Amino acid sequence: MVNAKNRDKIATWIIYFFVGIVVLILVGILGNILITGLPHLSWHFLSSEASSYQAGGGVRDQLFNSLYLLVLTAIISLPIALGAAIYLAEYAKDNWITGLLRTTIEILSSLPSIVVGLFGYLLFVVQFGFGFSIISGAVALTFFNLPILTSNIEQAIKGIPQAQREAGLALGLSNWKTIRGIVLPAALPGILTGLILSAGRIFGEAAALIYTAGQSGSTIDYSNWNPFSSTSFLNVMRPAETLAVHIWKVNTEGIISDAAIVSAATSALLVLVVIIFNLGARYLGNKLYRKLTAAK
Amino acid sequence: MNITNETSYLKTFNEEERALYTEDLSVFYGGKVQKLFDASLQFKKNTITALIGGSGSGKSTFLRSLNRMNDRVARVDGKIMFHGLDINKSNINVYELRKNIGMVFQRPNPFPKSIRENIVYALKADGQNDKEQLDQIVEESLRAAALWDEVKDKLNKSALALSGGQQQRLCIARALAIKPEILLLDEPASALDPVSTSKLEDTLKQLRTEYTMVMVTHNMQQASRISDYTAFFNLGHVIEYNSTAEIFTNPKGQLTEEYIQGSFG
Amino acid sequence: MKKNKELKEVVDQAIAQQKVPHVKLNKMGPNSVNIDKLTKPSKETRQEYWGKGLTYFAILLIIILVVSIIGFVGGHGLATFFTDHINPIHFLTSSDWDPGEGKNHVGAAAMIVTSFAVTLLAAIVATPFAVSVSLFMTEYTSKKGANFLQSVIELLVGIPSVVYGFLGLAIVVPTIRKIFGGTGFGILAATLVLFVMVLPTITSLTVDALKAVPKHFRQASAALGATHWQTIYKVVLRVATPRILTAIIFGMARAFGEALAVQMVIGNAVLMPYNLVSPSATLTSQLTSQMGNTVMGTLPNNALWSLALLLLIMSLVFNFLIRLVGKKGGK
Repeated sequence: MVNAKNRDKIATWIIYFFVGIVVLILVGILGNILITGLPHLSWHFLSSEASSYQAGGGVRDQLFNSLYLLVLTAIISLPIALGAAIYLAEYAKDNWITGLLRTTIEILSSLPSIVVGLFGYLLFVVQFGFGFSIISGAVALTFFNLPILTSNIEQAIKGIPQAQREAGLALGLSNWKTIRGIVLPAALPGILTGLILSAGRIFGEAAALIYTAGQSGSTIDYSNWNPFSSTSFLNVMRPAETLAVHIWKVNTEGIISDAAIVSAATSALLVLVVIIFNLGARYLGNKLYRKLTAAK
Repeated sequence: MNITNETSYLKTFNEEERALYTEDLSVFYGGKVQKLFDASLQFKKNTITALIGGSGSGKSTFLRSLNRMNDRVARVDGKIMFHGLDINKSNINVYELRKNIGMVFQRPNPFPKSIRENIVYALKADGQNDKEQLDQIVEESLRAAALWDEVKDKLNKSALALSGGQQQRLCIARALAIKPEILLLDEPASALDPVSTSKLEDTLKQLRTEYTMVMVTHNMQQASRISDYTAFFNLGHVIEYNSTAEIFTNPKGQLTEEYIQGSFG
Repeated sequence: MKKNKELKEVVDQAIAQQKVPHVKLNKMGPNSVNIDKLTKPSKETRQEYWGKGLTYFAILLIIILVVSIIGFVGGHGLATFFTDHINPIHFLTSSDWDPGEGKNHVGAAAMIVTSFAVTLLAAIVATPFAVSVSLFMTEYTSKKGANFLQSVIELLVGIPSVVYGFLGLAIVVPTIRKIFGGTGFGILAATLVLFVMVLPTITSLTVDALKAVPKHFRQASAALGATHWQTIYKVVLRVATPRILTAIIFGMARAFGEALAVQMVIGNAVLMPYNLVSPSATLTSQLTSQMGNTVMGTLPNNALWSLALLLLIMSLVFNFLIRLVGKKGGK
């Protein structure tokens, strides 16, 4: 008995030791990013252009490109993911075909993002001749985003009680009308949470982008609202470097002298945005949920 | 077919009297497991028929087959006759059918929308957009379900804020708004407290003058209080079907007698 | 007298209200049944047709996407062997890599070995940490503590991989350089970066695995007089083993496919690694740094697509392993 008790104590200490180290690592990572990065995260940094060979550059275009790509990707992937999720949650029968479908989606979700990016490169940049462009990047990010978004939405839809569907069907509504008018609105908090969480992933993704959206930007004119003009900030055919790709590039090329500072500040920015997305997803999810089921 | 080896008694009506009847209705789950065996029942117009029996007796399965709610989960064989039409055939438009045969479920399931929207949602989907007419229907159906006085000042409030009993009456109002001929009720009072239950029963009795109702219930007292006819189910078979008074005071089958006595305890 | 009369009136009124609780139904009542409608398609039928069609279309798009990814990558990856006649055995076993220059050697062994080395090492290092943290969260700490750790872990999963790569470059590589000499780039640096990256993945899945162990198992074990650790070791971990294994494989799949973070700290020299701190290259790092330097359709380019194909095959293998372990655990 004494032996077992001693072992119990030793095991507990070992576990606490490992947990302690992990906590130290976590604190170290977050602390390092925020402490070295935040002081450099000035308005000047956010609002000035990147410099390609000297110190003192900002990330204005990278920040805009990241957001623009995010929005485009969400616009392209949401309807497809929604359709696929509705199919899986509502229409798919429990048979081998559905099993195969799910396997297919799992395969897509487990593909390394560099492979997805290279496929986008092959198809859009080379085959279709789009070149390095925002649209190629957005489509590659869509490929990367689809499986996770689909399964998030499917979970949200499946969380709506069967009784709601029966209520709709018993009133003579079609399946589709029941799904669209009753199930989807009720699942909206879950769907939005899923969308925002996947947005965090999209925002930080770089491997899928370096060969699709490209690793350099062109001169952008923020006053040019014509999306077909090559200098317009809205033009989807222009190459675009995002924040994440920027970090990778300044570190691997090593041309600018303040690469470490720029990377630290950009990393801090990325992490901050991810935190905002995480908190935002939770807040919005809760709020919408309460609004929908509001007692008053 | 009858496993009890006793003569079962099934009440019949003539063609003008019946609103709906089934012939040899059988239900199979997963292609193999049979949950209902050759059920043949006839429902008289403007009456309440109670379906009683223990758990797994097939009464709910039977009820849900009547407006084809079992379509996606089970195979239903046999005939369901409605206005001279076998509505169990595959060419039947189930959406139109369900507008004529409404259903209220065991647990209140209002939509997470306003009270008004709960009632008009299906009507709007059906193409009725005249606001005055919709308002009229909202009031009428809420009055018919005896809920109007309680909610008339908060029609735009969330239906989820109502009590369980109110929610269930809202679900009845919602079903009535479609103006069905037949109303199927699947243990509508099982989730309610005694006061709400008695209100609900009053409502149902009132509705009998206009609608034909078929109601599954676990509660013998309830069946005896409000139903005109009662069918007793056991292990997927209809054992006996007769007027409620007859079934409760003078059951023909031994199983029926045992069940009723046991249930009243 | 008057009072009594008033009272009586009130009571009568109340009784009257009780007796007629419902306003008479004027307009309510069923619509007459239109039998014709019952056998004809309606608005709902069309709605259903189009709605269902839309969802089929969406799912079809995803299938086409996956099939074309496999098709395109496979086609280009196999060109090395069919068009350029490189021996597949040579590709897998030789560590000579100089396509396009010199002798056109296409031997990927160095990158394959390095990829597996960093993946396995990262998983080996991460597992005890992940299991400890999961045990701590499910068996030792309060719900509040567990929730706090949970949200920190979720945050770590969300940190972009380039940020991990940058931290590796800024902290890990210089530290290794100080301790072991050399450049600091290599398998050790990549392992440490990947360790931190897969730790949250493995942890959160392991937590799920431990939470899935029914409470009564623990209670039964405790009731038999087992210590906390005996319960954990002999009951909880045993029951959760298949799902913990799945978690580890998930982590390995992520490590194997990670490109940029590894590429930033591995050194990018296609050499068979002779120790943990010599510069090397993985499949992903080679793809990342070289794809832009080759011309589509040439041998050096096809050789890179072969690496991508290898990555794709490995991700299928990981997928298969997860299913296999999951099935065994289910039995």
